[in-house]
Amino acid sequence: MGDVKISVKDLNLYYGDVQALKNNNIEIKDKRITALIGPSGCGKSTFLRTLNRMNDLIDSVKINGTVIIDGKDIYDSQVDVVQLRKRVGMVFQRPNPFPMSIYDNIAYGPRIHGTKKKSNLDEIVEKSLKAAALWDEAKNRLHKPALGLSGGQQQRLCIARLLAVEPEVLLMDEPTSALDPISTLKIEELISELKSMYTIIIVTHNMQQAARVSDYTAYFLNGDMIEFDETEIIFTKPLDQRTEDYITGRFG
Amino acid sequence: MMANTKLVQEKLGKGLLWVCAGITLAILFIILAYVVKQGLAAVNWDFLTEMPKRRGRLGGIYPTIISTVYLMLLSVAIATPVAVGAAIYLTEYTKDNWLTRLIRFGTESLAGIPSIIFGLFGYIFFVLYLDMGWSIISGALTLAIMILPILIRTTEESIKTVPISYREGSLALGATKWQTIQKVILPSAVPGIITGVILGMGRAVGETAAVMLTAGSALRIPETLFDNSRAMSVHLYLLSMEGVAIEKAYGTALVLIVFILFINLATYVLLSRFAKKVS
Ligand SMILES: Nc1ncnc2c1ncn2[C@@H]1O[C@H](COP(=O)(O)OP(=O)(O)O)[C@@H](O)[C@H]1O
Ligand SMILES: [Mg+2]
Repeated sequence: MGDVKISVKDLNLYYGDVQALKNNNIEIKDKRITALIGPSGCGKSTFLRTLNRMNDLIDSVKINGTVIIDGKDIYDSQVDVVQLRKRVGMVFQRPNPFPMSIYDNIAYGPRIHGTKKKSNLDEIVEKSLKAAALWDEAKNRLHKPALGLSGGQQQRLCIARLLAVEPEVLLMDEPTSALDPISTLKIEELISELKSMYTIIIVTHNMQQAARVSDYTAYFLNGDMIEFDETEIIFTKPLDQRTEDYITGRFG
Repeated sequence: MMANTKLVQEKLGKGLLWVCAGITLAILFIILAYVVKQGLAAVNWDFLTEMPKRRGRLGGIYPTIISTVYLMLLSVAIATPVAVGAAIYLTEYTKDNWLTRLIRFGTESLAGIPSIIFGLFGYIFFVLYLDMGWSIISGALTLAIMILPILIRTTEESIKTVPISYREGSLALGATKWQTIQKVILPSAVPGIITGVILGMGRAVGETAAVMLTAGSALRIPETLFDNSRAMSVHLYLLSMEGVAIEKAYGTALVLIVFILFINLATYVLLSRFAKKVS
């Protein structure tokens, strides 16, 4: 069945006085793909951002409960957030390459974490671009601006940039929602390939996508995690009526 | 019928706006044309490269060009790092509270103070109290204080326009806040900072009162930072006040205007190059 990589217990999150996550409990398996689905505004992004503490950037956020990754509570005061974010990387809804060359985008992470030697960086750049299925398209324009790439290529670049820091967990917040169908397909293939090496959590409001790529699926509604199970079960015989309504399109 | 009156109103409004824009442009053009016409008679190669004689009534304006360039470069060199530091602090390291509001209010007010007050301050503090005398350094420090608000404001604005997604992208890779500022935010803010620097340079070059009170008005080429030296603007002012060398005054005015136009043009070229490089 695989090991548990991330274990969330009794997680509550408030934006000021507004509660956005209500008593969430979930165990995420190592080297599996977990999809988070649910209507927009139900807290999927918020949940995802608790896993790499990106919510720390927002002053009004208050959190209680525990998020345990590899046996350690990441909200413990001893935890080095910078190290955590290196291990738990994130891909955003809109591709956000930096306004620099393709090469520099990918070398950005390794450089800030101390890799200086050009030959090492060259190697990392090539390896990461290959892993993100972008090498063939990018190899002749490594030193051209990343913003010159198409949207789908930019998103794969962002994935490559992330892989370059060798994370263990990949958080993806609707990574294909800004892309055309062909680019979407490429990213989905890529995600399936990455599964063997990374624990992946993907937010999507495209149910076919969740069904196609994920092993497990969690259904969120208004900050509640209504149901969490193997994807096949969620999509064929969900236990909760609300999940069924959403899956079958009667709601959402 | 209703639609018709609306259409007329629309046309009238547009026409009025056009007239306003036209008047502004015309005034600018008339001033420029006038100065060019009057000044052209005085300006030639010798005027730019020779020493003035008889307190500027004869000869060129070479030393005043040199001291203007020194004052401009030095004041910007002093003010820019301070302004960038202050802007980073204000935008990245403080929350909106009474202290930051006070600092912002202070810098805004600083921007509205007449330059003669800066001159007076510079005279009392740098020239007399710190005993730097009338000198390039006193003038440059005074100008630096004067252009600080513009520089802080433009830098702050340009830092604020850096998309939050860059910031998040960097932090999510495990970068620290300082690394993010250094490697992602500041480089993206560079065009804005350059714009501020140019505005500051323009102000420094055109400033008269504050410079006269702090850098002095000696007609000679400054050899050290502590030399008393007359800037172009001061020269122009003194020539016109004395009323004996109007032609030379217009010549100086023309050189000053071309100088400022040149700075603006250089910036424009620089910025469009920069824009091409990143996107
Ligand atoms: N920075 C924020 N400040 C206040 N409320 C927020 C913030 N971000 C999200 N929310 C609120 O939290 C709820 C969940 O949002 P989000 O996690 O973005 O949902 P989803 O990703 O499922 O669409 C929404 O009601 C949203 O308005
Ligand atoms: Mg979302």
